[in-house]
Amino acid sequence: MMPHLPVMQVMVPLLAAPLCALVRNGRLAWAIAVASSWGAFWIAWEIFQVVHSIGAISYSLGGWTASEGGIEYRIDALGAFVLMVVTLVGAVVTPYALESVRKEVDKSKQALFYAAFLLCLAGLLGIVVTGDMFNVFVFLEISSLSAYALIGLGKDRRALRASYQYLIMGSVGATFIVIGIGMLYVMTGSLNMANLAILLPELPANRTIPVAFAFLTVGVCLKLALFPLHMWLPNAYTFAPSAVTAFIASTATKVAIYVLLRLFYTVFGADYSFLEMQLGTYLLPLSLIAIFSMSLVAIFQTNVKRMLAYSSLAQIGYIILGISLFSSTGMTASILHLFNHAVIKGCLFMALGCVMYRLNSVELDDMMGLGKKMPLTMGAFLVGGFGLIGVPFTAGFISKWYLIQGALEKGLWPVAVLVLLTSLMAVAYIWKVVETVYFSEDPGSVNSDCSEAPLGLLIPTWTLAILCVYFGIDATLTTFGASSAVASLMGIGS
Amino acid sequence: MESNPILRIATKIMTPYILLFALYVQFHGDYGPGGGFQAGVIFAAAFVLYALIYGIETARLVLPMGVATLCGALGVLIYAGVGIATMLLGGGFLEYGFLDSHDAEHGQHLGILLVELGVLTTVFGVMVVIFYSFAGRGRVEE
Amino acid sequence: MSALSFLNYWFVIILMMVGFYVLIAQGNLVKKIVGLNIFQTSVFILYISAGKITGGTAPILDAQWSVYSNPLPHVLILTAIVVGVATSALGLSLVVRIKEAYGTIEEDEIARMDESL
Repeated sequence: MMPHLPVMQVMVPLLAAPLCALVRNGRLAWAIAVASSWGAFWIAWEIFQVVHSIGAISYSLGGWTASEGGIEYRIDALGAFVLMVVTLVGAVVTPYALESVRKEVDKSKQALFYAAFLLCLAGLLGIVVTGDMFNVFVFLEISSLSAYALIGLGKDRRALRASYQYLIMGSVGATFIVIGIGMLYVMTGSLNMANLAILLPELPANRTIPVAFAFLTVGVCLKLALFPLHMWLPNAYTFAPSAVTAFIASTATKVAIYVLLRLFYTVFGADYSFLEMQLGTYLLPLSLIAIFSMSLVAIFQTNVKRMLAYSSLAQIGYIILGISLFSSTGMTASILHLFNHAVIKGCLFMALGCVMYRLNSVELDDMMGLGKKMPLTMGAFLVGGFGLIGVPFTAGFISKWYLIQGALEKGLWPVAVLVLLTSLMAVAYIWKVVETVYFSEDPGSVNSDCSEAPLGLLIPTWTLAILCVYFGIDATLTTFGASSAVASLMGIGS
Repeated sequence: MESNPILRIATKIMTPYILLFALYVQFHGDYGPGGGFQAGVIFAAAFVLYALIYGIETARLVLPMGVATLCGALGVLIYAGVGIATMLLGGGFLEYGFLDSHDAEHGQHLGILLVELGVLTTVFGVMVVIFYSFAGRGRVEE
Repeated sequence: MSALSFLNYWFVIILMMVGFYVLIAQGNLVKKIVGLNIFQTSVFILYISAGKITGGTAPILDAQWSVYSNPLPHVLILTAIVVGVATSALGLSLVVRIKEAYGTIEEDEIARMDESL
């Protein structure tokens, strides 16, 4: 079993998905999904331990080594860290999905919902595990297509349009990635990432590699919704079923950021990406605009889900900001924030799912005085909100601390000021929700007779809320994971 | 279109040859253009032709939606099952050589055959499901 | 190396631009998917043209031939074609559902119907 771990990481959800499609009963499909996602989490934990004791592990599919043209699965410290993020969110959201999906999705489609959910999970895990460029594209499309289908299952008819828009933009991004991969293959004759890292610097000067770099960057930025390629995200997050938003918001963009890091550091090399192609100069202003404008737009939203979607765009801006700083502190901040944001946003969207379960709405006007009727749910939301702002003793504080440190190290104190300013803006939009929920009186119309959310929804939500606080107080595990990831990427001693 | 005798009879004559050609393409993937995906589509095309001429309801009697969905899921399980089998027999995932303990090359042949069979089943099932889902919807009122 | 020897690649560029333009400029949802398909087709031609070896035959073992074209791009494109088919199927099924929900498949009319909500 042990040597086959990389493959089992992808196979466990991938095998469970057709099983879910075969059973008609939504409950049975849910049980299969829970068993599979918990299995995937256990495998990711094993891989994390193995990678940190031995070093990067590699697995040749079908016994064909990379030099024979085979597909190689390769997991290093960064991959192991991202695997933990994705499987943790998957393991927490899948039990949550039972009640939430029963309310929000047609009964006839529930088994197929879990099949698509597991396919999405398998695709995301596959992207992280693989060491072959074209395999990244295949798994990227597996996860994206299942995500389009999942988002289209939302109750509101605008979910269909949101899913269509995401499909068009996501497919354009994927096709750009294929064009980039094709150019790399034509120039080097290899698709394996480790091989490309060796072959690319030896090529004579040509115009193909910069163009391939540009195509790949734009394609991946479309997938991770960096400003200005972010138009699909607010609609997709707002109208999707709650469990889907909680899962995709915490994983899909994070895995795209992983692909970006793999491209910049492993395939092209940090020197080429940041010094020759001046990536930092292009990403820095885009990320700053993203953080500032998206936080600003979030303040004016009345739909809390849409507000959190814009907040997600701002958080992605923080992560890209850390990457564009091109320092080990900045990179640690980004990778830390990858984990922290996944936990925080997962908690927030799940709390909103509890609200949706009872109220059938997430409009701010309908949530007046909810703090008294759903204290546990709103408590989890409050904890997540504090994490979003970066209050000390929450996970968000740790990553923002590293980010500001990284900016100051580079002498970019306006950037540090901007990060603090946008944290204040986060206070503004979280305060909007807090004020409505705790400090205003319900006029007696909408939520007069609602009670606390069921236990099946509350336990996963509070699991992530507790983790959010735990990793704010004792961040040794996350910083260890992040710094070893940075060390493996940048090739320096940790 | 059932009332048109030429179409009806031509379809009846053509359908077995289309299915046979699909199997030919499937098994000759080693020696010529072909393989699982192409064969699956041709196989499904025979059923689509039948549904076009004789009507969706009759086609659903021949091949119910549930069977097509079963085929779609079964193919993935066959493919992954081959991989798991090779792992259980001591090799890596999808290392076909281990399927036959005496002759590794024969194991390769067997592995590819089984895997392509899985692809055929899934593609056939999915194409038929897509066709039923699209064609089975009622006319949208203008 | 005249420009004409790169005829394949000229077609790649033309198809790519046509497909991308249709994707962005057309308001009809089905036409957008057609544009996406044209765009993806151009990428297929890019890969296959790059895989052709001068004097090489199709990559199937045969006693009389010694030079074969590179089989790896063919395999990659088979996968990409399947991905394209799945994307189109999903997109078109979304369009059917949108038509049933909104009554139209013109993007500006749908936007107007959503604005008025």
